[in-house]
Amino acid sequence: MSPMLEVHGLSKRFGKVVTAEDVSFSVEPGTALGIVGPNGAGKSTLLSLIGGVLAADGGTIAFDGKDITTLSSGARSEMGIARSFQIPRPFVDMTVFENVYVGAAFGGKVQGQAGYDTTAEALEISGMSHLANVPAGQLRLLDRKRLELARALATRPKLILLDEIAGGLTEKELPPLIEMIRGLRDSGVTVIWIEHIVHALLAVVDELMCLAFGKILAIGDPREVMASREVIEVYLGSTFDMGEAAS
Amino acid sequence: MTQAVVHPHAKVKRATKSSWVGLAVIVVLLLVAPAVPYLVDKGTQGSLVTLFSLIVMATMWNLLAGYGGMLSVGQQAYIGIGAYALVYIADTVGIDPFMAVPIAVVIAGLISFPISFLAFRLTGGYFAIGTWVIAVVVMEIVQQVPALGGGIGVTFNGFSDLTPGRRIAYVYWLSLVGVALAVAVTYWIMRSRLGLGFTAIRDDATAAASLGVRVTRSKRFVFVVAAMGCGLAGAMIAANTLRVQPDSIFSVNYAVFMIFIVVIGGIGTIEGPIVGAVVFFALQQWLSDLGAWYLVILGLLAIVITLFLPRGLWGLLSGNGRIRLFPVGYRLVPPVAILDVTHEPAPATSEG
Ligand SMILES: Nc1ncnc2c1ncn2[C@@H]1O[C@H](COP(=O)(O)OP(=O)(O)OP(=O)(O)O)[C@@H](O)[C@H]1O
Ligand SMILES: [Mg+2]
Repeated sequence: MSPMLEVHGLSKRFGKVVTAEDVSFSVEPGTALGIVGPNGAGKSTLLSLIGGVLAADGGTIAFDGKDITTLSSGARSEMGIARSFQIPRPFVDMTVFENVYVGAAFGGKVQGQAGYDTTAEALEISGMSHLANVPAGQLRLLDRKRLELARALATRPKLILLDEIAGGLTEKELPPLIEMIRGLRDSGVTVIWIEHIVHALLAVVDELMCLAFGKILAIGDPREVMASREVIEVYLGSTFDMGEAAS
Repeated sequence: MTQAVVHPHAKVKRATKSSWVGLAVIVVLLLVAPAVPYLVDKGTQGSLVTLFSLIVMATMWNLLAGYGGMLSVGQQAYIGIGAYALVYIADTVGIDPFMAVPIAVVIAGLISFPISFLAFRLTGGYFAIGTWVIAVVVMEIVQQVPALGGGIGVTFNGFSDLTPGRRIAYVYWLSLVGVALAVAVTYWIMRSRLGLGFTAIRDDATAAASLGVRVTRSKRFVFVVAAMGCGLAGAMIAANTLRVQPDSIFSVNYAVFMIFIVVIGGIGTIEGPIVGAVVFFALQQWLSDLGAWYLVILGLLAIVITLFLPRGLWGLLSGNGRIRLFPVGYRLVPPVAILDVTHEPAPATSEG
């Protein structure tokens, strides 16, 4: 079985800022990869490259055994790649239900009653059912993040790319989210999850990657990665909470 | 994963009470409108044809800009193409004028397709200017063709064997069918999956693409549909005025009218351009004697409405979207008590 995602020699720069430099890794189907790294490391950029929002300067991306390097993000979504944006991008003049139905009807290719059911289920999983008919422009930041998740789920993805969806949650709100993502992974969806809250990541992911300055510093067993010297050095002096990571 | 499926069958409503009222009004209109030639004089019928052409243009511009986010200032290109195509096909080729109109519409669409590749290389303000330039180029080309009357233009003779009374009645009915079709097609598009995609693109094209919406493909489709609609408006104008002159049929004034109508009527709704066209048409009738003041008043009105009624006159009439004659949205019917109230708008929070 080929990996769900295989990234090879990926590079991307904005002017002088290198956000991806010779990045290569692969993710096996039905597993979860966590990504950590300091601010500006290129984590979100990596998701944009995988999702097709940005075109790479070099390198290749294969999804489910097919080369998708030059495909549009619309085509990638139809193939089964979904992405939540770190800074939410709601369709502000559409209701929450309509926002999510876009994901079902296009990426998920389910319309009409089947699409409505998919949408309702994605709303339920993300805890947004009670806001279904509210215009998305009126949502608070936290609900906007949930909406990102719901829309991504509605596309019925094989690979879901999550960008800091736990940010802003209280300690009490974290376990349900962790449970949800674990459930997603266990149901066969491949997950790539960027999060600064390392203990939340460690509760779910099978592998962990640490990115810094567009390069992979370490990848592999989550605890080994967190214990490696380079990773600790990168995090020294940053807001990273080692106590939580070790727990 | 043991995810409880709470909505085994999600119930979604698309019609509203107001849309049933709207349907009734439209049915009555469609029953009465065909009888108009028996009720009013020729001049009034001609004016109504003008109104219909304005509704068609504005509806198309709304589709382009209000849903597709394409601020075109060059739709007069297709108005001109539609007008010239009608005259050429009916008079020179000798096809029945009623058949010539749909052919002219198709021609406008066909020409817009390659143009879209050119125009789509530009975005934002450059797109606006680019479409304008393209319209000027189309006019220049048409003026070079002797068979199209060069710089002088052509006269439409397709209906010349009819009495003036019959002729204007035919043109009226033709335009009535045209405007009904243009609105119906727009409504059908906006209710379909395509329309859902357009609305998403309008709000955030990047997010729409990430959810599987084929942005460029959808935009191209809208661009071609809007060109066909403007081609139809052009054919209506030619059949009504009997005279097609390059500098008037390709006039940028049409672009200004479209924008004005959509802005005062309300962008992003199907009803808005219709309301806007009626108001604009009435203003044109009442104020045309005032010369330059007419333009000043139109300009002031546009400014006032943009400032105080961002959703236009239809937004005001509909109670900020509470009434929809043409509902395109989706409402989840709550299985239990879903809070259907609107949230207090949260203060814009930014990421740290
Ligand atoms: N569209 C863009 N144009 C120019 N520079 C960009 C663009 N997007 C990202 N960058 C830059 O690339 C670098 C990496 O950004 P990215 O958003 O990928 O970081 P990140 O690892 O997700 O950081 P954070 O943890 O803060 O979310 C940053 O220096 C950022 O300023
Ligand atoms: Mg980021």
